[in-house]
Amino acid sequence: MMVTGVTKRISAIKFAHLSPDEIRKMSATKIITADTYDDDGFPIDMGLMDPHLGVIEPGLRCKTCGKKVDECPGHFGHIDLAMPVIHVGYVKDIKKLLQSTCRSCGRLLLTGEQAAEYRKQRDRMEELGADMLDASMVSKDAAKDASSRTSCPHCATVQLKITLDKPTTFREEGHKLTPKEIRERLERVPDEDLISLGMDPSVSRPEWMILTALPVPPVTVRPSITLESGDRSEDDVTHKLVDVLRINQRLRENRDAGAPQLIVEDLWELLQYHITTYFDNQTSGIPPARHRSGRPLKTLVQRLKGKEGRFRSNLSGKRVNFSARTVISPDPMLSVNEVGVPIAAARELTVPIRVTDRNLAIGKEMCSRGPAPPGEDYRPGVNYVIRTDGRRIKVTDKNAETIAEGIEPGYMIERHLMDGDIVLFNRQPSLHRMSIMAHEVRVMPYKTFRFNLCVCPPYNADFDGDEMNLHVLQSEEARAEAKVLMRVQEHILSPRFGGPVIGGIHDHITGAFLLTHRDSKFSREETLKILEKVNIPDVPESDVEVNGKLYWSGKRLFSMILPKNLHMTFKSSICSRCDPCKKEECEFDSFVVVRDGKLITGTIDEKAIGAFKGRILDKLSRDYGPDGARAFIDASTKMSIGAIMVRGFTTGIEDEDIPDQAKREIDDAMVQARMKVEEHISAYRRGELEQMPGRSIEETLEVEIMKVLGKARDTAGQIAGRHLGMENSAVIMARCGARGSMLNLSQMAGAIGQQAVRGERLSRGYWNRTLPHFEAGDLGSEARGFIENSYKSGLSPTEYFFHSMGGREGLVDTAVRTSRSGYMQRRLVNALEDLKVMQDGSVRNTAGTIIQFMYGEDGTDPTRSVQGDAVDVDDVILCVLGNKGEHIAKVQEKGVVSYGIQDRDLLETPEEPESEEESDFDMSGGEEG
Amino acid sequence: MVIRMAGEFNVLEHELVPEYHLLSEKEAEKVLKQLKLTKDQLPKTRITDPCIRTLDAIVGPVEEGMVVKIVRRSSTSGVSICYRLVVRG
Ligand SMILES: [Mg+2]
Ligand SMILES: [Zn+2]
Ligand SMILES: [Zn+2]
Ligand SMILES: [Zn+2]
Repeated sequence: MMVTGVTKRISAIKFAHLSPDEIRKMSATKIITADTYDDDGFPIDMGLMDPHLGVIEPGLRCKTCGKKVDECPGHFGHIDLAMPVIHVGYVKDIKKLLQSTCRSCGRLLLTGEQAAEYRKQRDRMEELGADMLDASMVSKDAAKDASSRTSCPHCATVQLKITLDKPTTFREEGHKLTPKEIRERLERVPDEDLISLGMDPSVSRPEWMILTALPVPPVTVRPSITLESGDRSEDDVTHKLVDVLRINQRLRENRDAGAPQLIVEDLWELLQYHITTYFDNQTSGIPPARHRSGRPLKTLVQRLKGKEGRFRSNLSGKRVNFSARTVISPDPMLSVNEVGVPIAAARELTVPIRVTDRNLAIGKEMCSRGPAPPGEDYRPGVNYVIRTDGRRIKVTDKNAETIAEGIEPGYMIERHLMDGDIVLFNRQPSLHRMSIMAHEVRVMPYKTFRFNLCVCPPYNADFDGDEMNLHVLQSEEARAEAKVLMRVQEHILSPRFGGPVIGGIHDHITGAFLLTHRDSKFSREETLKILEKVNIPDVPESDVEVNGKLYWSGKRLFSMILPKNLHMTFKSSICSRCDPCKKEECEFDSFVVVRDGKLITGTIDEKAIGAFKGRILDKLSRDYGPDGARAFIDASTKMSIGAIMVRGFTTGIEDEDIPDQAKREIDDAMVQARMKVEEHISAYRRGELEQMPGRSIEETLEVEIMKVLGKARDTAGQIAGRHLGMENSAVIMARCGARGSMLNLSQMAGAIGQQAVRGERLSRGYWNRTLPHFEAGDLGSEARGFIENSYKSGLSPTEYFFHSMGGREGLVDTAVRTSRSGYMQRRLVNALEDLKVMQDGSVRNTAGTIIQFMYGEDGTDPTRSVQGDAVDVDDVILCVLGNKGEHIAKVQEKGVVSYGIQDRDLLETPEEPESEEESDFDMSGGEEG
Repeated sequence: MVIRMAGEFNVLEHELVPEYHLLSEKEAEKVLKQLKLTKDQLPKTRITDPCIRTLDAIVGPVEEGMVVKIVRRSSTSGVSICYRLVVRG
């Protein structure tokens, strides 16, 4: 394949060892003295700051290449070591080599045939295009095979056992091997034997793993900083090199002076220590080298490794300009497409504008305002002006006027953010594409980012201290692309399940419910209050009259924000699934009928406007496009908030109040359940319990008990539920899908029920019992974690403990699940990130090979399909024929889905995609605390 | 078209195994032309795959470089057809 315009391309990268000769050859200077600067502050020649190693001070020129600061890349120097020293990074390889080669002749400890066999294996793997990892397995096998031999097949020398004393001491049967001896041995290994061990002798010789010369990195790699006091502060790497040089010097002097062997050996060991910590200051087995202050030095490995290392912190992730981060808070008066940006942030974030003939006047005006325009209203100013020659000028209050006068076409001005700018808004963890969306800026007072509550679900945001990031796009192309592809309104439908991810939550749903449930009506003032928020200037005609007073029905008001020709029929969340369904005559007002954009019957709740389930949102975004859906979401937010404010809505612990009579009934039910459990247990003890098929007798007992206790909890819930009607705020929230469930309520008012760990009744803790309060072997309900009390009545001490056991499991589960699914997501993303759908509908990778012949096998984009089908036939019929079509378009029918036939009620929303209901009120405590 | 071999279980008869068809050289060429593909762009299947070995026993020799057509049930499109290149392995 030819790629035009490319003159050089990398076909391969090969890693090898530096030979001492190469180290000396690439060195700009030899370093011999540990001193850095002389008394006048000039770098000493052949010292660690030798000017041949590059320049860090502006104005000076490099003595090697003659270039200035930023132009000279820096040059390596070298230290000639008095005695050879082991490189810590290679101890494993050195060990392998020593063990698998002969101590006298240096040959690989394998016979000719064995070696040939391994070489053949290698060749075969290379031919098949196996990767490096597989190839390294072969050499590992060869080395293992060789090191298991006790005598050399070539010279018959008996091999001694080589051990490694971490980190860098090698012993042969207890006798210490000096690096010098090791180097001599490695020198003897012939080239052809190295290939079998996985080394390429043309570029790497094993003896090079024992250092005789140490490269000294350029000063640009370890710049010294001048403190305010005028003192110099050197880099940790420089400090370490000073140590190396000092000891190296002393070692050479002692050796040359013929000092006792013991002293030389001690110094040699010290040199080894300094060079080891120079490479890796966290080598296990030796104390890390420390700064005078006691802080461990950051040497070469520490610069690269870990989260703060070069790779993860500087190469995989970088800091970006034109971004902001702050706490988020809600604002229902904003459109879903907007984001509120605090003034302080807007004045820091800038958009580059190219000055042309046409915007010259505006540009000058804006610039003359300076970086902080005065006045009540926010007006964008300018922070920087970039001249045609590329010079960047900072605008200040003083020079603003002068700079403004000098502006001419071709200049760039970096103006403050203003209303309507397109920015990217993001909340971590960014798990799906809706985690980064494009918003339009609204500059606002105060210090938080604000957005419409309907956008909380895709970001998975709440306002308990969450922070979000904002990025300002810097080019026209980026802005255009973001506006078309990333705007919030383009992401109302999720690609995951084809339903809306942006929609009403909490009070938004409650408000819609209060507005439309049954025959709710609003007086003139109330109606005006609601419509004023939605910005509808014309009040419709009233449709309800009571005692001569005019009222507006909630359904009429809601119809005002529906598109004029909308036709829909579905069941709302509050539907109690009566059989047969009375449809329009439903006594709970749960059958939603919309004709010609008028809400005829039914209650608007979660099934209509909720995130994940909202049928109206679904329909609108398909039939009226993102613009239509956005307009509806914005209007419905404001209308719902208006309705809930007019009506007023509150909930408290009184909502779970039940009469004393009911409490007694619940107590009775609990006593009965307890007795029934006892009956089962005694039947089991007598051996009279009838065994269930496929279960042991103990399991049968457990199942029976769980059944009884489950029923008891339900009974308690039902008794409580009788006194919790639709006039109860908590019930309204649970039934219309705003927050909480009837189960939550029955646990608050009725009984909490059985606590479980791993799906079983609690059984562990003490020997044969859960707590010392019970007798060993007690199988009764109280002893095994059944909670008869409600959250409201309060728990007994043992119940409280059991509840904590059950709660703990939930927490552990979430913790384990998030870490595991995070890693799985990472692997999936790495595997799938460069696949794309081609023009012909096939999915291919970068090599052009087919992954899927047709995307999703049907070539359908889930966000453009109707519950998986390309066309919704019923909907088309209804749209064309209107009400007349209803008898043709069967509302309840057997949907034929591919090979199988499925019963499905088309009025029902398909199974909810989000199965796990996360709770903000769990026992874990605040996440920000 | 599927014949049971003596004492051996025929994997192609299993309900979870999709239909396999061996394409002739001509058919394969036609398919590749239709899809505007070269052979190396096709997904692969190993010649040692039990399905391919069964196919080999039933409809004659299957060699490296031949193309098989696989028809499977799909929950999204009803039936989905794909092609695989037989490779060594
Ligand atoms: Mg939060
Ligand atoms: Zn230079
Ligand atoms: Zn030997
Ligand atoms: Zn009903």
